Amino acid sequence: MPLTSKKPPLPSDDKRWRIVNGTMRRHGYARDALIETLHTVQESFGFLDKPALRFVADSLRVPLSQAYGVATFYHFFTMKPPGEHVCLICMGTACYIKGAGALLNEAQAALGIQAGETTADAKASLMTARCIGSCSVAPAVVFDGETMGNVTGKNLREKLAGWRPA
Amino acid sequence: MTFEELEQIATETRENREKSPCELNVCVAAGCLSLHSDAVKKSLEEEVKRTGATCRVRGTGCMGLCSLGPLVASEPSGQLYKSVAPADATEIVENLEGVPVPRLLCSREQPFFQRQNLIVLENSGRIDPEKIEEYIAADGYRALVHALTEMNANEIVQEVSKSGLRGRGGAGYPTGLKWGTVAKTAGTTKYVICNADEGDPGAFMDRSVLESDPHRVLEGMAIAAYAVGATRGYIYVRAEYPLAVKRFGAAIREARRLGFLGSQICNTKFNFDMEVRIGGGAFVCGEETALIASIEGRRGSPRPRPPYPAQAGLWDMPTLINNVETFANIPSIVRRGGDWYASIGTRKSKGTKVFALTGKVRNVGLIEVPMGTTLRQIIYEIGGGVPEGHKFKALQTGGPSGGCIPEQFLDLSVDYESLRELGSIMGSGGMIVMDDSACMVNVARYFMEFCMSESCGKCIPCRSGTAQMFELLTRMTEGTATARDLELLEELCDMVSSTSLCGLGQSAPNPVLSTLRYFRDEYIEHINDKRCRAGVCECGSAVGVTA
Repeated sequence: MPLTSKKPPLPSDDKRWRIVNGTMRRHGYARDALIETLHTVQESFGFLDKPALRFVADSLRVPLSQAYGVATFYHFFTMKPPGEHVCLICMGTACYIKGAGALLNEAQAALGIQAGETTADAKASLMTARCIGSCSVAPAVVFDGETMGNVTGKNLREKLAGWRPA
Repeated sequence: MTFEELEQIATETRENREKSPCELNVCVAAGCLSLHSDAVKKSLEEEVKRTGATCRVRGTGCMGLCSLGPLVASEPSGQLYKSVAPADATEIVENLEGVPVPRLLCSREQPFFQRQNLIVLENSGRIDPEKIEEYIAADGYRALVHALTEMNANEIVQEVSKSGLRGRGGAGYPTGLKWGTVAKTAGTTKYVICNADEGDPGAFMDRSVLESDPHRVLEGMAIAAYAVGATRGYIYVRAEYPLAVKRFGAAIREARRLGFLGSQICNTKFNFDMEVRIGGGAFVCGEETALIASIEGRRGSPRPRPPYPAQAGLWDMPTLINNVETFANIPSIVRRGGDWYASIGTRKSKGTKVFALTGKVRNVGLIEVPMGTTLRQIIYEIGGGVPEGHKFKALQTGGPSGGCIPEQFLDLSVDYESLRELGSIMGSGGMIVMDDSACMVNVARYFMEFCMSESCGKCIPCRSGTAQMFELLTRMTEGTATARDLELLEELCDMVSSTSLCGLGQSAPNPVLSTLRYFRDEYIEHINDKRCRAGVCECGSAVGVTA
């Protein structure tokens, strides 16, 4: 294999691709940087799409099938664009024992969507997590990256209503 | 770095701290942060600035009693304040040296604190995790310098063997034995991996250690690398723990700056550096061969063992994999000796164990107790028992690979063997207390749903078996199951546990088996009477009936 293989061009002028490229460069374009790079893509763009997977796969010289396999294997990666706001309900054991199931039902009813979906107006996404390690303040919900502990149905409804003013 | 230089940094740091007579330590680990301790810290800082008080406000790691957060410790008086709100800042700063604020006081004399024995958590809540100097002032990195300058690799392995330390990830493999195997195996490059993919739901020990005292883990890894002859290290942290990732990343940079990582560490021939790898939210990656696949940038599928990672691990090289808590014990063992460590605990399980005590118990939080402490002491003395109006039903340990322990076995002491005999496992340290409002059939179904969706799909017993068992358990909770379904469930438990490829499948039936063993009558009620005594399952006409 030639030592200086040609790198594919950036998919667009979007500056965020340079951040993605930066991660790959830091790892010397090694193949094992695939997951790290996909993390950067998701952090920058919010989700992974096919052009992104193709770009990363070509840059790191891994088969597209492997990139797709990795992207769909790990729960943390999503191939759907998230809504403007994200509500993530922890379903860990401590949260489950303290009523996370009821919170999830509450949120599904309030947003009119199931877990893993985004509202039609793209305002809010509803996600669940296996355990976010905030068991001491169960049940816990993460609203736009900020963890809230000891959540009640009332807290949850208020927060969600604030995202989608009637 | 020499002992003298280390001592100098420690002295300077201590002198610096003594310049301000008072200190307010605010917990900024995940638990308290989610109760907005950052706002409390900011408010205290502003108040100190406004009043001109000679007091330093520091962010520290977890103080343990997370259910009463945000916690603030006032030094040197040693007072601990609970449930502090930003508005309490004025009162706290006013009473720095005088009478403490009674309304917020949280006694340190209570069994929750008194019953513990801190080794892994000794600095937790006492130092600023983002300042390497504070770790050094708390005797940090002395063990590494001692190991590198005064011990050879073999002596360290001997010391760790002598300590009797066993893998804290849950399986309990003797750490010294593992290190010895990696040390003896030849390889051009060897690796050390820290497994921080704390996947068990209901467990947050590793998260807390990484957030509260990251250098302890880093030091343990560096000592391990020297002992087994490794030059590269990885720490595989869950993506769900962004704060732990951030703090450990900062710790690596700080350690490089002071020469604890890099080449010719402490003027010896020892070279070692490491990096953080972020997981992708797959439970199976806690299994060591799957974790290695993930670091290599692939899907986290396990492979058959042997060969064990100690012989052929990361990129087929000899690799040492230990859990966060295992590494966190190492600096203390090297500093104080294997004999000291072996004097704590039981005959076969030495030292202490960190547990995350959660669920229906008064004192929720992080605890560290000597092995051999009884479950009753943990739940009733340290945990303060089940809140008023409810009755204890079961203690769940070991996450989806563990089981539920009923009341009659609570006097059993905690060690690897006794928990296994009960049909549960030590696991990584999650302890979830369940009261009479929990339905054990539903709990079993909950864990089976977890294993089903976390199964990587590589081997059929696990992929299909967990799905079939989930289906059977669902029928029971919905009131459509027959006696034949129960027989089938038991057959499947046996088949899945004996034929699955990795630990995930092999242990997936454990929650079902242990609830069947101790709470079989609940299964029978669901099947024959269509009744759920806890009122959780909607399995028939008797919905909502409580025992």
